Amino acid sequence: MARRVSLFVTCLVDQLFPSVGLAMADVLERLGWKVEFPEAQTCCSQPAFNSGYWDEARQVARHFLRVFRDAEYVVVPSGSCGSMVINHYRELFHKDAEALAETEALAPRVWEFSRFLLEVAQVEDVGARYDGVVTYHDGCHALRELGIKQGPRRLLARVRGLVLKEMDVAEECCGFGGTFSVKFPEISGAMARTKIESILRTGADTVVSTDSSCLMQLRGALLRAKAPVRTLHLAEVLASR
Amino acid sequence: MISIPHERFERVLADPALQQAIYAATGRLMEKRREAVAPEALPDYQELRSQARRIKEHTLENLDYYLEQFEAEVHARGGRVVWCRDGDEVVDFLTKLAREKNARLIVKSKSMTTEEIHLNQQLEQRELEPVETDLGEYILQLAGERPYHIVAPALHKTRYDVADIFSRRLGVEREEIPERQTRIARATLREKFLAADIGLTGANFLVADSGAVVLVENEGNARLTTTAPRIHVAVAGIEKLIPRAQDLAVFLKLLGRSATGQPLTVYTSVLAGPRREGELDGPEEFYVVLLDNGRTRLLADREKRESLFCIRCGACLNHCPVYRKIGGHNYPWVYSGPIGAILTPQYFGAGHEPWLPFASSLCGACGEVCPVKIDIPKMLLLLRREIGRSLAREGKGRWERWAFRVWAWLMTRPKLYEFAGVAASALAPEGSEGWLTGLPPVLRRGPLAAWLSQRDLPLPPGRSFRQLWRVRSRVKRV
Amino acid sequence: MSRDHILHKVRTALGRSAGQPAAEPPPVRLCGPQSDLEARIERFLNAVAGLNGKTYRARSCEEVRDYAARLVDGRPAVASCTPVLTACGIHGLPGVRYQFSTRDEFQTACAQAAVGITGADYALADTGTVVLLASHQEPRMISLLPPVHLAVVPKERILSGLDELFTLLPRPSELTSSLVLVTGPSRTADIEQILVRGVHGPGEIHVVVL
Repeated sequence: MARRVSLFVTCLVDQLFPSVGLAMADVLERLGWKVEFPEAQTCCSQPAFNSGYWDEARQVARHFLRVFRDAEYVVVPSGSCGSMVINHYRELFHKDAEALAETEALAPRVWEFSRFLLEVAQVEDVGARYDGVVTYHDGCHALRELGIKQGPRRLLARVRGLVLKEMDVAEECCGFGGTFSVKFPEISGAMARTKIESILRTGADTVVSTDSSCLMQLRGALLRAKAPVRTLHLAEVLASR
Repeated sequence: MISIPHERFERVLADPALQQAIYAATGRLMEKRREAVAPEALPDYQELRSQARRIKEHTLENLDYYLEQFEAEVHARGGRVVWCRDGDEVVDFLTKLAREKNARLIVKSKSMTTEEIHLNQQLEQRELEPVETDLGEYILQLAGERPYHIVAPALHKTRYDVADIFSRRLGVEREEIPERQTRIARATLREKFLAADIGLTGANFLVADSGAVVLVENEGNARLTTTAPRIHVAVAGIEKLIPRAQDLAVFLKLLGRSATGQPLTVYTSVLAGPRREGELDGPEEFYVVLLDNGRTRLLADREKRESLFCIRCGACLNHCPVYRKIGGHNYPWVYSGPIGAILTPQYFGAGHEPWLPFASSLCGACGEVCPVKIDIPKMLLLLRREIGRSLAREGKGRWERWAFRVWAWLMTRPKLYEFAGVAASALAPEGSEGWLTGLPPVLRRGPLAAWLSQRDLPLPPGRSFRQLWRVRSRVKRV
Repeated sequence: MSRDHILHKVRTALGRSAGQPAAEPPPVRLCGPQSDLEARIERFLNAVAGLNGKTYRARSCEEVRDYAARLVDGRPAVASCTPVLTACGIHGLPGVRYQFSTRDEFQTACAQAAVGITGADYALADTGTVVLLASHQEPRMISLLPPVHLAVVPKERILSGLDELFTLLPRPSELTSSLVLVTGPSRTADIEQILVRGVHGPGEIHVVVL
């Protein structure tokens, strides 16, 4: 019998970038996983947590823990939301023994998408084809909070027709930062422009990342700069044939 | 809403030469650090960081013990320890000392702690003449500015700025070549060194078991400051202690590499007491001023105590994408960048410049490079929470608080959450290929307008993932 | 009194009481890398050269003296009284001064000298560092005021690095009021990050290993 995975698509993908969730489901099903989508899911609580509203964040985080309590694997197309559950729920609940115990029980079953493919499904070649020159943007939380660096590149390297060209500042923040992007728009925008200069220098036609939030920022800035570069989530590249 | 100095950011962002200078200088320092801590250059870098953190943690947890040990060791070597609660007490001590010794000219080597208490201005008001001798600090003193960066204070000044400053303030002919400018400073300051009565320094470390002040530098000005004048006074925060001289092996390996990528800076001085019997030079008197100035308040906060681990290497500034855009003078206090963003509200209270801990994308680069492993992103999060509470007490930030309350309510009710998404999608304006460029009249203010001021905005695609998923599942079943 | 006030605040913050001993500190972390003397000498000379220092390997005291003589070239120079310089006959070279009756006389001589000549208590191979312990034989200004510094390093004094130094000298302040590590010529990059040597200290360093 096929093993089950539960998707946590994140609120951003649910509302704005559903194709990322569908692509992730396609890839997992092709690899023989039975994919479920618990419909009661909403958000991981990060926006409130990062803004200092920990009480509100706790309410939403408790909801998350309830929704995914029985999941065998929770797969997330985001290093940032993944890290929220894996790393930050512990801080959020450090005075709530019950929620903390639930966190400790759930966190090891929560996987960022690329890491799930490599470490649980144990595949590097998912049989994808993408004709294009791609540069990879390291999402900060995937990189620094989850230590995801080579994994997505290994997966991309196995995509037929894809040429990977590293940018000079792959690890530099795109400037999104959640509410930072609207509280400090001029700084956030300047950071995005620095990032896209580096993207354009590679000559790539597509930027790929593991986080839709970074891609939203980059795509918005690329469109504003009228730069003909696509943005795709890793799942979308891996789902293409 | 809390007030944010947008116009000041805009000014720096709109200055291409300054942007280039900051980005290039910090970029070079990043690159040099990266090479210096790479596994082939320093295989045990991560273990050194852990050890440095352990030592700092231990020292602060037992700080009273090490302060007393340090004091006893300084006294045993003929020096004197002076305890000061704040900047005023430092000024009083120095003024009295200068009067007693009939001293006026004070040469100074770079010290962030004395910047913190605006010591130069205070001394000048008391008819004393403090002269900065680090080249960068000297330039800034002549220009009447505060440091732009912890280790590269004049990072924002070009050679042409320096030419202007030197010709105006020193009456020398305009000189635009850094090598010659340096020679001018050398000659001018050499006279000051040899004439000064008091040499004033900070301290990179205070060694408890040795009663020693450790100074790390490249120019030799700290050595001259502590060698030529009759009196050496070191002003240091109480958090600068480390237990043993042997611990220096750990910290010295980290400090230079993190700051400028140097395995060791040019000069490291371990100074303990005045000159000893038979020595020809060195100071006759040796004072260490131990300054609190708010540090004990930070010490009492268990969760954020680690902010005091900082060894002032500046790596978090160089790696901070926000610092690299807005520069050093947009931070309200002498400590800029991520470390400034966590120290300032702790020294001045959560209500002081409350935007500061929010001016971060939480990218984590600062924490990754910190040589003593201060979890700066976590400190920022804790401060954001505190500031939120303090604003609530003052009845400020009501709109945002209300918005998050509604948000949490919605996010725990999946049906309503879905309905809100459908409603938003129905209300969304027309865009081009799913993205919005212009600003519809209803959106002149607020977060969407802020987003659109810089980049295009994605519009809801008509159907959410969950709606598409239902369709997909139905199709699959058939 | 500020002392008691601060200590009281520290103790209150930490929940400690007066006279309470410190907890056990983390064990000292010093590694004792073993490498043979020849390898250390070579590493040291390479490191100094990498810092833009001039290096020379002397096989005899005469070679040291000849090197110093060429460098001083009759100009005013100041030398310390450390034994290795005496053994090499540095003090007999024309222009070299080494005895002073007052501090002022000494300071003036250093300020006017073209070259300052010191020994070295130790040297660190990893970083190209000359270690100087101030003493009645080795004052501080010789390696500081003149624009050129010549350090004569007895080869058996070359250690591998900081760990070995602090293993040998666990409490250097018991031996000296000033331990200085000199790693290359004085430098700055404060103006546009352009490297300039010789700001306040010597812009030129020569290291002769004997």
